[in-house]
Order: sequence, then C-alpha cells, then structure tokens
Amino acid sequence: MSFLTGEGMTGGYGGADILHDCTISVDKGEIAVIVGPNGAGKSTAMKAVFGMLQIHTGRVVLDGEDITSLSPQDRVAKGMAFVPQTSNVFPSMSVEENLEMGAFLRRDDIQETMDQVFDLFPILKDKRAQNAGELSGGQRQQVAVGRALMTKPSLLMLDEPTAGVSPIVMDELFDRIIEVAQTGISILMVEQNARQALNIADKGYVLVQGRNRFTDTGKALMNDPEVRRSFLGG
Amino acid sequence: MFNRNVLYFAIMLGLIVLVGQTQSWNVALTITNLCIISAVMALGVNIQWGYAGLFNVGIMGFAAMGGLAAMIISVSPVQEAWSAGGVGVLVSLVLAAITIVAAVFTYRALEGKSFRLLALFIVVLAGSWAVRAFLDPATAAIEKVNPASTGYLGGLGLPIILAWPVGGIFAGAAAWVVGKITLGLRADYLAIATLGISEIIVAVLKHEDWLTRGVKNVTGLPRPVPYEVDLQQTQWFLDLCAQLGANPVTFSSIFVKLCYMVLFASVLLIILWFSEKALRSPWGRMMRAIRDNEVSASAMGKNIKSRHLQVFVLGSIVVGIAGAMLTTLDGQLTPSTYQPLRFTFLIWVMVIVGGSGNNWGAVLGGFVIWFFWIEAEPLGLWLMELITSGMAEDSALRAHLIESAAHMRLMTMGIILLLALRFSPRGLIPERN
Amino acid sequence: MDNILNALALMANFVFVPAIAYGSQLALGALGVTIVFGILRFSNFAHGDTMALGTMCTILITWWFQSMGISFGPLPTALLALPFAIVICSAFVLVSDRVVYRFYRKQKADPVIYLIASVGVMFVFNGIVRFIIGPDDQNFADGERFIIKAREFKRLTGLSEGISIKVSQGITVVTMIVVVALLFWFLNKTRTGKSMRAYSDNEDLALLSGINPDKVVAVTWIIAAALATIAGTLYGLDKSFKPFTYFQLLLPIFAAAIVGGLGNPLGAIAGGFVIAFSEILVTYAYKKFAGYLMPEDWKADGLIQLLSTDYKFAVSFVILLLVLLFRPTGIFKGTGV
Ligand SMILES: Nc1ncnc2c1ncn2[C@@H]1O[C@H](COP(=O)(O)OP(=O)(O)OP(=O)(O)O)[C@@H](O)[C@H]1O
Ligand SMILES: [Mg+2]
Repeated sequence: MSFLTGEGMTGGYGGADILHDCTISVDKGEIAVIVGPNGAGKSTAMKAVFGMLQIHTGRVVLDGEDITSLSPQDRVAKGMAFVPQTSNVFPSMSVEENLEMGAFLRRDDIQETMDQVFDLFPILKDKRAQNAGELSGGQRQQVAVGRALMTKPSLLMLDEPTAGVSPIVMDELFDRIIEVAQTGISILMVEQNARQALNIADKGYVLVQGRNRFTDTGKALMNDPEVRRSFLGG
Repeated sequence: MFNRNVLYFAIMLGLIVLVGQTQSWNVALTITNLCIISAVMALGVNIQWGYAGLFNVGIMGFAAMGGLAAMIISVSPVQEAWSAGGVGVLVSLVLAAITIVAAVFTYRALEGKSFRLLALFIVVLAGSWAVRAFLDPATAAIEKVNPASTGYLGGLGLPIILAWPVGGIFAGAAAWVVGKITLGLRADYLAIATLGISEIIVAVLKHEDWLTRGVKNVTGLPRPVPYEVDLQQTQWFLDLCAQLGANPVTFSSIFVKLCYMVLFASVLLIILWFSEKALRSPWGRMMRAIRDNEVSASAMGKNIKSRHLQVFVLGSIVVGIAGAMLTTLDGQLTPSTYQPLRFTFLIWVMVIVGGSGNNWGAVLGGFVIWFFWIEAEPLGLWLMELITSGMAEDSALRAHLIESAAHMRLMTMGIILLLALRFSPRGLIPERN
Repeated sequence: MDNILNALALMANFVFVPAIAYGSQLALGALGVTIVFGILRFSNFAHGDTMALGTMCTILITWWFQSMGISFGPLPTALLALPFAIVICSAFVLVSDRVVYRFYRKQKADPVIYLIASVGVMFVFNGIVRFIIGPDDQNFADGERFIIKAREFKRLTGLSEGISIKVSQGITVVTMIVVVALLFWFLNKTRTGKSMRAYSDNEDLALLSGINPDKVVAVTWIIAAALATIAGTLYGLDKSFKPFTYFQLLLPIFAAAIVGGLGNPLGAIAGGFVIAFSEILVTYAYKKFAGYLMPEDWKADGLIQLLSTDYKFAVSFVILLLVLLFRPTGIFKGTGV
C-alpha cells in the first residue's frame, strides 16, 4: 500500500464526469508526476485527491486511513499540502505573511520552518517584507511552494509549479523539489514540461481524457516509444 | 404550467372582487388602478433586471421624472411668471447646455495633456457661474409671482395623456446619463449611482420651487377623464344610472375610475405586448445570453456595454411612463411622497416575487404586492389589536404597538423579499427558457 | 491682518471643524462597507440601517442608564452604552448572516443576489427600528455641550469670529482615531486579522491553508456591526438620530468607500474626508468669508454659495461619478471593478 492512493476516482464539477476510474499513488519520499495534454484532467485529479471536488466512485487513502469524505481543511491537518496551478499566493500580503498563513493551523513555533523555507529559497528572505503580488512569476511560485511547506506536510502536491518560469529557474525549482523529497516528503506533481519532470520522477502517470493511459516508473515512461511519440514530442 | 399561471391571475381577480364586495367597489377600483400602474413599473424593472441582470436602485427617481412630465405637460403656463423670469431661465438652460458641450469638448481635445482635469474644472466652474448668474435672479423673480397659488413657471397646458410618453423620455434621458457612466463596471456601482440620481431628482423636485412649487405641491392637474361633478349633470350618464339602478354620486366616482382603468390597462397591454415581442426576438435572446454569461458573450464580440445601455434606458422609459400615469391618477405632483421604500424597493419585491425574467410574472407581482401593501395596513392593525386585546386599555405598550403597526409593513415586505429570493428565486411565474 | 485671522477662524468654525467630525463619521461608516465588501464581496445596502439599528440600541440603553441615574460626567452617557449596543447590534447582524447570507455563500451566488438580499435585510432592520423607536428625531446627547465656546474663543483671542468645538465633535475625532488604530492593528498584527486579509485576497487559497471561513465571516460581521454602531452613535450625538437620515447616509458612505477604492480600508478613511470636505466646502456660503478678505467697500450680492445645502447629496454623487469615470478602482486601488 502506498503512502497516498487515489483509487478509481470518478467524478467532475457537477456536470459530466471528468475523471474516469483514475488511480494515482505516491510512496513515502517519492516523486510522482502526472503528465498529459491540456484539459486531460490533471488539475482535476489533483483537486479530487485534495477533496476540492466530489468524487462519487473511488476513494482516497492516506497512510492507511480512508480520507475520502474529509474536507480540504481537514486534509491539511492530516499533513497534506497543495499548491494550486493559478492564484496560489496572497497577492496583497507580504512574503512573510504568506508563509505565516501557510502555517495557520500550527500552534507551535513556526520560526524554524520559516528559516528552512528561507534556506530553500534564499531570495524569499530578501523579499520577506514585499507583497507577493509584486514578485516575479518565478519568485511567486517559490512563495507558493514555501507557503505549502509551512505546514510541515508529509505530502506536497504541486500543480504545474514551473508554469511561466524561465528554463534556468525551472531547473532550479526542480532541484529544490528533489531536495524536499529527500527530506522524506512525498511529492505529487503535475507538469507541463514532461521530459524534465519524468526525469526526476520515481513514478509517472500519463492522463488522457480523465483516464490513466500509461503508468510506470519515470524512466520506463521516458523510454516507452509510444509515450515518447505521443506525449514527449518524439 | 400555463393553467397555474391563469389560476394565479384568477385568484388575484377574486381578491379584488372580494374587496369590492366586502369593502366597496370604489376601494377595489382604486386598488386595481394602482395595481396596473405598479405592474407597468414592475415591467420596466423586469426589462432591466430580468432581461439583462441590471440592478437599478433608483426606480423612485425615474418615476419622479414621469411625475414631473405630467405636471409640466398638463398645467397651464403662468404668464406673469414667464415674463418675470422666463427669459432668464431659458438663457441659463442654453448656457448649461453650452457648458456641457464645452466640457466634453475640452476633455476630448486635451487628451493626454497634464492640465486636462484643471481645464475641465475651470470650464465647469465658469459655466456654472454663468448659469447661476442668470438662473438665480430669474427663479427668485418667478417665485415671487403670487407664491401662495403659483410662484412657478407652470407648464405647457397640453393634454395630460401626452405626458406619458414624455415622462418616459425624461426618465430615459436620466437613465442614459447614469448608464453611460456606470454600466460596464461592477453591478454595485450601477446600484449606488442609481440610488444617488434618484435622491437628486427628488431633491430637485422638492427644492426647485420655480419649477415644481416644491413642497407646496402642484394640485389640480387636468384629467384625461371626465370629472364626477360634470358627469352627475350629464343626461346620458343620468340615464345610464337610471338603467343600472345606481346612485349617480357613487356611480360617477366608480365610472371615473373605470375610465382610468381602461386607459391604464391599454398602456399596460401595449407595453406588455412589446415586452413579450422583444423578449422573444433575437434581441431578447441575445440579452439573456449576455446576462447568463457575460464572458462568453463578450468573447463572441458582443458589445455588452451598449446593449446594457439600451436595456437600461428602455426599462427606465417604462418606469417613467408609469410614474407619469401615477401622477395623472393622483391629479397632483407632491414631491414629498417620493419615498424610496415605496417607489424603489416595493417594485423590487414585485419583480422578485412575480418572477424575474417573465413579463407576466412581473405583472402578477405588481398586482399581488400592491394589493397586499394596501391591505397589509388594516390587516396589521387588526393583528395588533388581536395581540394586544389581553392588555389593559391604557397600557403604554399597547398604545405603542398599535401605533407602530404601520411600520410592520416595511418589515413584512423585507421578509417577503427575503423569503421569495431564497425559496422561490424564480418567482411565481418563472422565466421560460 | 485681523481680517485674515477672522476669515480663517470663520473657515475653521464652519468648515474645518464640522468637516473633520463629519468626515470621521463617514470614514467609520465607509470602513464598515469596505470591510464587508473586501471579505464577503458585496455592497451591503443594509449598512445605513445597521447604523440606525446600532444607534437605536445605544439610545435605548442610554435612556435606561439615565433613568437609573448613571452618567458619564461631562461626557455623554451614550459612550457608556456604546459597548452594550455593539454587542446587541452584532447579534442582530450575525443572525441576519445566519438566516440570509450564509445560504447564498454556500451556493456561491452572484454578488448581485447578495445585493438584493441586503436590500431585504435593510427593509427588515428599518422596520425594526421604526417599530421600536419610531420614525422621528431623537436627541440623546447629554453631558457637557462644548469643549470651547465661540464666546470664550473670542474673549481669548480678541477676534470677532469665534471657533466653537462641540464635545460630540471632539469625541468623534478621538473615537475615530482610536477605532482606526485598533482596526489596523487587528488586521495587520493578529492571527485572526491576517487570516481575514488572506481570505479577502484569495478565498480558495485561504481555505487550502486551513483558515476557517465561518470564523472569518463572523468576525467580519462583528467588526462591521461595531463600526456601524460607533459611526451611527457619533453621527447621532453630533447631529440627531432619525432613521431616514441614516438610510440617506448610504450614498455618501458608499461614495467614500468607492472613492477610496472598495475593499481598501485606508482608502475608505481618505474617501470619508474627501466627501465630507467637498460636501461642506461646496455648500458653504462664502459671503462673510469674502467680506473679510475683500476691500472695505466691496459688497457681495447673494450668499456666494456654490450649491444649496438641499443638494449636499449631489456632491457625493458627482464625486462618485467622477471617480467612476476617471479612476474606477478608486484613488487607492481597491479590489473593486
Ligand atoms: N471549475 C471547473 N468547472 C467545470 N469544469 C471544469 C472546471 N475546471 C476544469 N474544468 C473542465 O475539466 C476538464 C479538465 O480540466 P483540468 O483543468 O483538470 O485540465 P488540465 O489537465 O489540468 O489542463 P491544463 O494542462 O491546461 O492545466 C476541462 O475540460 C475543463 O473544461
Ligand atoms: Mg491544470
């Protein structure tokens, strides 16, 4: 049994189902990556795992516990953290306040975690008093990831963390993500840059029209000729 | 479905007949006439809200514009006042128009210049000074002319029926100005701006004595229908009474109300017919498409703002017509009766309860809500007397409760609005898709 | 020289002092509107009548205190009653949220639906106020009337124009400063306050961070009710209490909030003063003022008044339209548009 499993998830936004029997799982300290064409339902799958969307069939299991019926807030309390694809910071609050809000549920001293985030993303330390809305795209993504890390999660979910970020910053971000995984945090992420993402992934999912199309280790998917042809551009 | 709608109207008719039987036919007809006018107003608001989702909180002001038109068209001019200050008023009007044109021109011409706003400010200031220089002495002179009975310019002395379309035009013009500025922004801004313009319109009516006699009211507006006293002396009417076995005095007042009813009902039917036609036309379908999804409609290249302006002006015209009809029925312009609760929010309750987006619903809402608004007063009093019947005759609480029964109407209307919005948001007669 | 001083004293007495007091009252009202807008995302039309409701509570408690012989020395008894009134008014507002607004929040209804619902709440509050205290004027100011009387001022300075400052005006300004300081401290320094700003900034992300929306909403309503009660009471002390006047205050209050940028608390304060000063400057008759500054033999014809006080609402309206025309997000950027 994996650390987190979304099993046979079927559901949508109230209209027609968008996910169909979709299964996603990630192990402790592992990186799992979801790729697929635009509109495939990748973000929807993430939301389903995080409980922001009703699934009528299937279940979500975290560390052996069925959490299908928990609200997103309760899932945060269980150690899950989510960085959405869009509007993932509080624009009119300072970087530091963004991080504080990430730790909203914690009642202990958060200074240590904040220092860790600043170690991970040094630029944030310099910009701590600046409003997140005034940062560059890459910096904003760092704030978003940092905010999610503030809960000291055991599972970090990232929806396209490198969207709109230059290639250099992207590599940098991937490095940071690997670093985070090495501390034992499981990572489930959606990526548009399938190649780089599968490179660092322990496990990969190719989603098409809300269904699992291919599931394998990152390496194996990279080497699969069909995956290469259809999804990695040859 | 259709049968249920017919049933609603039948019940409404039954209620009015009931009032006719138990209270009096005079009361029943008075209520009916006001019901019809309310229905027209509700139709206007429905055009704005139901078709296009525009929230107008200034219905009072647009109705008052209609009232102003009724007065200006119908009363005869006061020659003395015209010779005292007519020229001054006209000159100041021309100056005001020039100022506005100059302001717009300045603003356009100085596009991008740093002193644009300053120049605009100076133009407006100079213009308003010039207007005041002519207007103030003129109005002072006008108001001095026999203030106890006139003290104003009077009107045009034309048949009051003409005022109905003119009232629509007045209201439409005011709506155009407000809409031009606030449409295209958040719905809240339109709401607040309409609230503001209506307060200002009513303030003008109350305070510009040279125009409306202000709180001294203009009474005795000419009627579009015969007078009771005249009827009572007309042979064919007396014959009719004899035939029906009716008392000429009572029947004359009923007859007059019936005449009004025919006029009002014709207007209602005409507007209703046009509204229905419009709603079903490609134009109406497009309006609703915009209302339901502004984003995709604008993506399809529709100019939402100008569509909204059209609808807003059209709806206000209908409200203006209703306002003119109301003043015609009252036979007097009494600016202090323009209360937002009665003229704005009550109409909203009509539209929401009746069925927003459905013209028949709006009409039904106009009837139902007006009926209960009128009948709530005796009902509330009766209820209060029932509640307090156990208390001592001289109890202060009892006196207070009975005295305050009138205010229960507000609360009741608020509660009806909230209940309808929550439990029957589509109204009694829902919109057809 | 004396003439200039007299002219200044005249302006201070009839423009600056009243405008600062009125501006403070508008600022507090606009703060309530803007905070509800920022967090709950709708323009609360019931705010004027919430002010009336809160003030009515203050008045009733004040009367009760007075009947028991409790007083606050030179200060109005109403100040003692204020905290209790805030509690009662908050209760009313929280009930209105529970039975009205919460349903639409769960539905994620369109803002305009909230707007209509708030009109319904306005009716109900208005009805309650008229039912309990009636539609007429109520005067409930007691204690000392003046901080400084015009006569004393003249005696002290030897000028022929006096400046008088009413106790109610002094209290208004002091209260406004204290309340605003508290509010900003709360929003910027406390955990709950920050969570409110976060919620206003990005509701979904706030939920993902574990912020409890029900608590945010409840605190927002309590703050709005407190601001409304304070603003209403101060206005009532300074002028008088009449339910319909409070409904009419909606326009200048909204104008202030929009001028400052809906959703922006700092803007609401600035907006309140912009509206108050414009209203009073435009409706003030400058005849006497000009008389001091112009040559001896100069004589004004008329009052030299830009607009009669009957149209003071037109001032807020025109400013509102100008802002919407030229800078729809307000002077300070709001979350509006
Ligand atoms: N809030 C929503 N309500 C209704 N339908 C939605 C919503 N969000 C997404 N959808 C629909 O769900 C489908 C999947 O969308 P989703 O955002 O999950 O795709 P995605 O794989 O994340 O795409 P992308 O790579 O562009 O981010 C799309 O058809 C989309 O239109
Ligand atoms: Mg996506």
